[in-house]
Amino acid sequence: MKNIKRATFLHAAGGLVAGLLNGLLGAGGGMVIVPMLEKTDLPPTRAHATSIAIIMPLCILSAVVYMNIDSINLFDALPYLPAGIVGGLVGAKLLPHIPQRLLRRLFGLFLLYASFRMLRR
Amino acid sequence: MMSLIWASIAGFFAGFIGGLGMGGGGVLVLFLTLYVGMPQLQAQGINLIFFIPVGLFALILHVRQHLIDFKAALPAILLGLLGAAVGSFLARFFGSVVISKIFAVLLACLGVWEVFAPKKAKA
Repeated sequence: MKNIKRATFLHAAGGLVAGLLNGLLGAGGGMVIVPMLEKTDLPPTRAHATSIAIIMPLCILSAVVYMNIDSINLFDALPYLPAGIVGGLVGAKLLPHIPQRLLRRLFGLFLLYASFRMLRR
Repeated sequence: MMSLIWASIAGFFAGFIGGLGMGGGGVLVLFLTLYVGMPQLQAQGINLIFFIPVGLFALILHVRQHLIDFKAALPAILLGLLGAAVGSFLARFFGSVVISKIFAVLLACLGVWEVFAPKKAKA
């Protein structure tokens, strides 16, 4: 019983932080949600999949707010969508089979490079 | 034409990383700000819109593979919606320039973490 309560608390707290990031930065909720889910003993693959189910409604809400305040609409995302959907499917298919550690390291290097470019701008 | 090709490549990687549940969001925001030269908040907004259909397809696959833990998802979604509302209004309050710096700093932290993170259990 106590463990269930602790897990629920962690899920709710993780959701709150993920939502804040999602709204504030338009991205990054998954980065909080995945480790939080793993902390409550979800295996990594399930944690990654579940994180998408959590982020989805948050994204919809944030997107609606953004569409109201910045001059963007649904069509601005259009050029990226066909390839994006294919990429998403490939990623989801490969998720159970991919060497996560190597992938994360490469992704981390890419992020460091990108943040350097952004700060210098 | 060239820009459409680049858009497709950026879209593919953003979707791919997102489908892996690794926060592909950052990829498209970076493409839009650094390559297209779009203001940060607009890039973020487009990224949010982008994720909805892309994530939806990945989500359907995950549901079919029974990988979603709905009991864990529910409390996270409930408080997450509150966070998302507060976060998006704060983003507007701070504006593109400040938010882009916050974004970059968090990205750097994340990069260091991804490269040096302690060993994780195998999937």
